[in-house]
Amino acid sequence: MDSILLYTIISLSTLGLVAAIILYFVAQKFKVFEDPKIDLVEESLPGANCGGCGFPGCRNFAEACVKADNLENLNCPVGGNETMANVAKILGLEAVEAEPQVAVIRCSGSFENRPRTNSYEGAQNCTIVHNLYTGDTDCPYGCLGLGECVDACNFDAMYMDEKTGLPVIIDDNCVACGACVEACPRDIIELRKRNKKDRKIFVSCVNEDKGGIAKKYCSVTCTGCTKCFKVCPFDAITMNNNLAFIDSEKCKLCRKCVVECPTEAIHEINFPPRRVKEEAKAEPKAGLTEQISTKNSDN
Amino acid sequence: MSKLITISLSPHLHSQDSTKKLMRGVIIALLPAFAISVWMFGWRTLIVTAVAILSSLLFEFLIQKYLLKKKLSINDHSAILTGMLLAFCLPVNIPLGLVVLGSLVAIGVGKMTFGGIGNNPFNPALIGRVFLFVSFPVKMTSWPIPMGFKTALTDASTGATPLGIITEGLRNEETIDSIMKNIPSSMDMFYGKMGGSLGEVAAIALILGFLYLLIKKIISWHIPVSIIGTVALFTGILWLVNPEQNADPVFHILTGGLLLGAIFMATDYVTSPMTPKGMIIFGIGIGLLTVIIRRYGAYPEGVQFAILIMNAFVPLINSYAKPKRFGEEVKNG
Amino acid sequence: MLRSFPKGGVHPPENKLSAGSKITVLDLPKTVNIPLSQHLGVPAVAIVKRGDLVKTGQLIAEHKGFVSCNIHSPVTGKVLKLDKSLDSSGYKRNAIIIEAEADSWMDGIDTDSSLVKDFSHSSEEIVKKTLEAGIVGMGGATFPTHVKMSVPRGKKADVVILNGVECEPYLTSDHRLMLEKGEEILVGLRLFMKALNVNKGLIGIENNKLDAIRNLTQIASQYPEISVVPLKIKYPQGGEKQLIKALTGREVPSGGLPLDVGAVVQNVGTAFAVYEAIQKNKPLIERVVTVTGKGVKHASNFLVRTGTPVSQLIEAAGGIPENTGKIINGGPMMGKALNSVDVPVVKGTSGILLIPADESHREAVNPCIRCARCISVCPMGLEPYLLMTLAEKAIFDRAENERTMDCIECGSCSYVCPANRPLLDYIRLGKFRVGQIIRSRK
Repeated sequence: MDSILLYTIISLSTLGLVAAIILYFVAQKFKVFEDPKIDLVEESLPGANCGGCGFPGCRNFAEACVKADNLENLNCPVGGNETMANVAKILGLEAVEAEPQVAVIRCSGSFENRPRTNSYEGAQNCTIVHNLYTGDTDCPYGCLGLGECVDACNFDAMYMDEKTGLPVIIDDNCVACGACVEACPRDIIELRKRNKKDRKIFVSCVNEDKGGIAKKYCSVTCTGCTKCFKVCPFDAITMNNNLAFIDSEKCKLCRKCVVECPTEAIHEINFPPRRVKEEAKAEPKAGLTEQISTKNSDN
Repeated sequence: MSKLITISLSPHLHSQDSTKKLMRGVIIALLPAFAISVWMFGWRTLIVTAVAILSSLLFEFLIQKYLLKKKLSINDHSAILTGMLLAFCLPVNIPLGLVVLGSLVAIGVGKMTFGGIGNNPFNPALIGRVFLFVSFPVKMTSWPIPMGFKTALTDASTGATPLGIITEGLRNEETIDSIMKNIPSSMDMFYGKMGGSLGEVAAIALILGFLYLLIKKIISWHIPVSIIGTVALFTGILWLVNPEQNADPVFHILTGGLLLGAIFMATDYVTSPMTPKGMIIFGIGIGLLTVIIRRYGAYPEGVQFAILIMNAFVPLINSYAKPKRFGEEVKNG
Repeated sequence: MLRSFPKGGVHPPENKLSAGSKITVLDLPKTVNIPLSQHLGVPAVAIVKRGDLVKTGQLIAEHKGFVSCNIHSPVTGKVLKLDKSLDSSGYKRNAIIIEAEADSWMDGIDTDSSLVKDFSHSSEEIVKKTLEAGIVGMGGATFPTHVKMSVPRGKKADVVILNGVECEPYLTSDHRLMLEKGEEILVGLRLFMKALNVNKGLIGIENNKLDAIRNLTQIASQYPEISVVPLKIKYPQGGEKQLIKALTGREVPSGGLPLDVGAVVQNVGTAFAVYEAIQKNKPLIERVVTVTGKGVKHASNFLVRTGTPVSQLIEAAGGIPENTGKIINGGPMMGKALNSVDVPVVKGTSGILLIPADESHREAVNPCIRCARCISVCPMGLEPYLLMTLAEKAIFDRAENERTMDCIECGSCSYVCPANRPLLDYIRLGKFRVGQIIRSRK
């Protein structure tokens, strides 16, 4: 018995030794030199591999940071400025402050606001429906409500609201990685500057149809009436293809446009209530709809 | 709202086939074998089968409803089929508790752990059967002699299966010729007059079921034919080389669970390859393994193990055995 | 043993309800809506403006580039506006809207229905006239015909195949055309053969149209170089690649064109249009459209001007039945569900199908049980279950390697799937994404 034990030990040890030697030489031969800074930078990143920085994963981003001469155009939206400051410290570069951003959904075509005109059956995928037809409402621009954006979100920052059929973004969780923006076939989701207390003013519509046509199928469409455009004291609003757009960089959150909008297409979120009541935007504006006729540039 | 027009992508027609219909088709194909086994083994066949089916349904329901909290798929008849197949590979005098246990393992371990229908890599009924076979070898191998309704379910009337007799005999260094005297004639075996599990004894009924499945286009011929062909070829060679030690191919095809396995178990959609090429590779593998286990293994029967082993290779076979693409070979002529 | 393509295929119920009804001319519409993109390729450019008076057959939009197509006015009247208008998918596309006042044809167009057999045109003349007449593939793909008539350098066609298969259930427009315009179709085929410098013509017809086979065989007896081949009934035999395989045994290579195996396939409707363009100088402004469906009162085949609203066709066939659940532009296997009946008939509209509500819904989707039926019916030898999974999971590089781009979208896989899985829906998504990837690579 003893000899068997001995043989076993000897043969296994020899085997281990030979394998170790082979491994050592192989490792030497195929050694790739990597800047140790890459590992350091990667460790300081959130490690979500979300692709929000424009690179396929955190390691690729770390490599790009190490290679770069300055950190302009390199930003990890998930980690934010704090992370980028750490990265800058590791690399001995100057940190570039980036505005924190948040995603907003520019469509309010809920079941109530935008009646369904047909019923879609088949694969529950926005891109498929978008390629097929206008969707189960007549709006060729609005949300299709099948939640491809929600599936794309890696941070639990979105869910589908069953009552409205629209996706909702949870501001606290949103890291502005842009996955939902990429996923949406209708470019409804936009990354906007994250203001203090998550206050937001934006046009919740991307419809480029003329006002009269758009009003037929959606009660909260932007009709392109240019009222907001005219009232904005900061030139933050531009009109394009019958659609108003508020530049989040220029907007000073004065809320003047919100009151002007005849279709309630401009949303204000996280603001303290106005003097009247919380939903100040809902103040009746009977005589305003007739003003829809467009004086704006018609392209 | 219901008056809204429907929009969907083409095609706008459907063949009206459903999982349910396919499963029902297989169940119908099993009925002849069931009828013969009732005739051979008596009323207890009904009880064992009913217990297996009901407990399979029950476990599927309980697991889906309370454990997985998923949509119930109890209606697709697949649990009935699993229960039926499980019962078909049990001996008729098995304690009913074991049948229930087998169903639990088949549905719980064999099917639901992997995510339910469509996702199980191994045939659930076989998982249940092999579990019982390995855990309770004595109970699982006491085969009553078929005597119709007179079958007495006492130990005195149990015997071995033909395959068991041969394995035992060879172990005792008898020759095939002398062993053969102890086993039923080929004709008897063809009609199912031999010891064995519920559904596996009657070759004629199983072949009838096979024809039904083929006519209804529920399965293709590839898997059963390649299994049986391989077994015939392999045992034929062994028999020609050494008739002293090996039984003839007809014996191998008619005995044990070969036909039941080849026609109903190996062809299970979920756990078999998807292209004709893959199906033939799969069938040959099962055939070879079956004969190897029967001839050289410790167990007299090897079909179940062979199928389970080949089930494990299905994903691999699927990724290599591709259908012939249109326009792959350019022929101008 | 009749010929067919060897692999895959399904047998949906034929339901050719309108096979017995003669082609009737539909009344002129009050206004016509003519989309500028009725064909594959670059949209045409309008050359009329608001208020212009146009005559029937007058050029109103010009082709832009080679793979594009002329468009002519189907009526005489005034151009109301050039505007965006709904197309069959509900999106707005550029269109010319004309108010019809009368029907006076442009000079030089022979509106007489007598048969003309003039084969004196040169190959170039035929191609040029086809281009001018704005002819597209009438089977539904709407590929500009003059492009198919021009053989690129280095390639050589040796057979012209006329597609009279009409494998789509319900549709009968090609069937009626073959019965009523057989002589013209064969002249059209001769013109194709002349344009392509080919001396072999084949006409493939499925065996469920025995009268058409008999008719064309008899007429073809005067042309020894043309033969009519009856084919076994199997969907999708009308697919270009399947038809070539069935008739000649040649397999178009993956990613290749029929010309790679020396074949050119044209629809019988296209042959008729070419006949009219060359012999009668008549541009493509009307076509045969089947209006059918189980609840439709008079399932009919109409000769319709392009631009006519679909609603007018349905009205002429007896109106929309009470329980209609789906309106399909084209056949049930490959046609598009319509959201509105206000869309116009275009050059590629082969039929309008009204499906009752109880047949228009999809069943609940169940898990894949890997029964492999999709594989066995795929005429292209693909694995639809795999392509669907890859598209669903966004693994597009593998989808490309598994040849998702070879899919002809015939729908056989979705048709047979016992678990009602939306196979083709996702395969289309995969094709769309893979197409994007391939384009971005260039």
